[in-house]
Amino acid sequence: MSGHSNWPEWIYVAVVIALMAWVGAEAWNAERIIEHIPEGAEVIKVTGQQWFWTFEYEDGTKTIGDLYVEVGKAYKFEIRSKDVIHSFNIHDYVVLMDAVPGRVNTVWFAPDAVGEHDIQCREYCGLIHYNMRGTLHVEEPST
Amino acid sequence: MVLELAKPRPIWQIMFSTHHTDIGLLYLITSLAFLFLGGSLALAIRIELFLPNVEGAGQLIADSMTFNRIFTVHGTTLIFLFIIPFASAVGNYFVPIMVRYKDMAYPKLNAIAFWMIPPAAALVWLGFADFTWYAQPPYSIISAPGPAADMWIFGLKILGVSSVLGAINFVITILKCKHPDMSIGQVPLLAWSFLVTSVIIIVAIPTFAAALLMLLTDRLGVSGFFNPAMGGDPIAYSHLFWFTFHPEVYVLVLPAIGMMYEIIPRFSRKPIYSYNSGVFAFVMLALVAFSSWGHHMFATGMSFTEKTVFMVGTLAAVPASAMHVFNFIATMWNGRIKFATPMMWAVGGIALFFAAGAGGVVNSAMPLDFSTHDSYWVVGHFHLFVMGTIAFASIGFVYYMFPYVTGRMYNETAGKIHFFLSFVGTILVFFTQHVLGLYGMPRRIYDYPPIPEWIAMNQIASVGAMIIGVSMAIFLVNIIYSSSKGKLADIHDPFGLGGKYYYPFEAKNPHH
Ligand code: HEM
Ligand SMILES: [Cu+2]
Ligand SMILES: [Cu+2]
Repeated sequence: MSGHSNWPEWIYVAVVIALMAWVGAEAWNAERIIEHIPEGAEVIKVTGQQWFWTFEYEDGTKTIGDLYVEVGKAYKFEIRSKDVIHSFNIHDYVVLMDAVPGRVNTVWFAPDAVGEHDIQCREYCGLIHYNMRGTLHVEEPST
Repeated sequence: MVLELAKPRPIWQIMFSTHHTDIGLLYLITSLAFLFLGGSLALAIRIELFLPNVEGAGQLIADSMTFNRIFTVHGTTLIFLFIIPFASAVGNYFVPIMVRYKDMAYPKLNAIAFWMIPPAAALVWLGFADFTWYAQPPYSIISAPGPAADMWIFGLKILGVSSVLGAINFVITILKCKHPDMSIGQVPLLAWSFLVTSVIIIVAIPTFAAALLMLLTDRLGVSGFFNPAMGGDPIAYSHLFWFTFHPEVYVLVLPAIGMMYEIIPRFSRKPIYSYNSGVFAFVMLALVAFSSWGHHMFATGMSFTEKTVFMVGTLAAVPASAMHVFNFIATMWNGRIKFATPMMWAVGGIALFFAAGAGGVVNSAMPLDFSTHDSYWVVGHFHLFVMGTIAFASIGFVYYMFPYVTGRMYNETAGKIHFFLSFVGTILVFFTQHVLGLYGMPRRIYDYPPIPEWIAMNQIASVGAMIIGVSMAIFLVNIIYSSSKGKLADIHDPFGLGGKYYYPFEAKNPHH
């Protein structure tokens, strides 16, 4: 053990702590804003089961594998599972939420451009987990 | 002296011994065997993912079930049958010497703890379960095929008990058996890492042990703790699991840091920059290890408040980790460094430790985690720890102990080539996997759609894995050949560094 002074290390530790405090504060603030679900978002019920996704829209229609939304609108997903845990993921829009049997998890998004994006399962769910995929179709507003 | 190969002994003398260096040798050989076995599974995974399966191309593994079993056993093997037993090997050789005691506190218990590993390993390997290394219900209850799943559960149960027995032994050896003239503040940092690690094990493991039992009875259908069809909650399992296994990641990494604390000052020919801050950072990590398990569960539907608490708890671990890095660099600063093989592995490991920690901060910032969670980013993140940091420190330590264990020197050039290839390979595989995660590739998939970026990144990663494979073959040949044909080592200073080594020279084997 040495008696030399250790101030460089304390400065270094202080810098790291400050950096972490900054990262934490930014993350807290961003998450707070992101999680705020806008009023009047259209509800889409998403159900995961081995090994496909079912989408039920507000008007009661259902689609399997393909999800149809309109550009400029906000959507709230209510995510359920019928068997094991899955994870509903539209990577291009950073939509990621586990589908847990016995629970309803929510997440929202608002597509900002017409186009197609991949939907996939991001939680291991067995045999065909690797191909539990779908497509998001963002279309022009119907009106 | 306990020079194993320079003075051969019949194998049963080592197997039935309770002496700490013999148990250390058993742990050492077992753990290295599983490093190579588990590593081969990784190569199979990487070959399979080199190309997507378009029209028959790129198929090494015939079906996804086999693939799922392979990555499950790969992870289980390297964590529980390589990293942990390897740390026990080092602890057995060095801790009694460092606290100046004749053996471990309870030699028979020590032997029992070791001999629980082979049956557990047999259960894991003969079963070949498919439910990933965290056996998440309800999949593990309603979907995972038996008897593989049940064998895995029993195997892990045994390994947990073995690890707790080992931990009790280390705590007593260090606290109660250290030489009366020695204060706790004089115990070398390597031994400190075992003290802290053992305390974490004793506090953390029982939770998972309970969860495993509940999982088993759920599988048998007599309970429904984690089965929603019977009113249970699978997320409860996640909490129990991660309450054990986030602290467990420090159980894996702290002995590796301890090994670096042994190598870095010795090969820099300077005392450690600050012993006190090393101890402080160890103790801090043990405490904050318990405040962050929820960062594995951000996407399970946690409330904003829960996520915030666990994010803060996770970020709290960063300063203490960073203190170790500072300590290493400050020790090397102005040192007369000798870049022999063990030193290269240690320094490479520190560089990768830093990179791994930086990636971890990204995971913990909650909005970013929704990009990285359960993608290949996470695979890259923790492999920079388990491979880049822990395996690097461990392999460096194999080279460091080699002259003591065998009485001979390994081939230095081959050791350096091994390092360079592994270092390049590790960067190619695991940095690339971070990028793959950002492109959105989920982990644990047998096949993927032919997205050009995914193909490119997967190919780089697979080439990197091959490079690591080649380097490990060189390693294997080097240690096998050198242990019988290498040139005799100057056992009192094999690396020509001067100073006193903690090799267990004086340790007298009662069986001799
Ligand atoms: C600087 C300190 C660290 C931070 C900030 C950190 C952060 C994180 C976070 C937030 C996750 C969750 C990622 C996700 O699933 O979305 C994670 C996963 C993981 N980390 Fe770390 N980590 C750190 C250190 C370590 C260490 C030292 C180890 C191992 C020795 C480790 C091993 C793991 C493992 C094994 C996983 C993934 C487990 C799995 O999902 O299979 N981490 N880390
Ligand atoms: Cu899945
Ligand atoms: Cu963790």
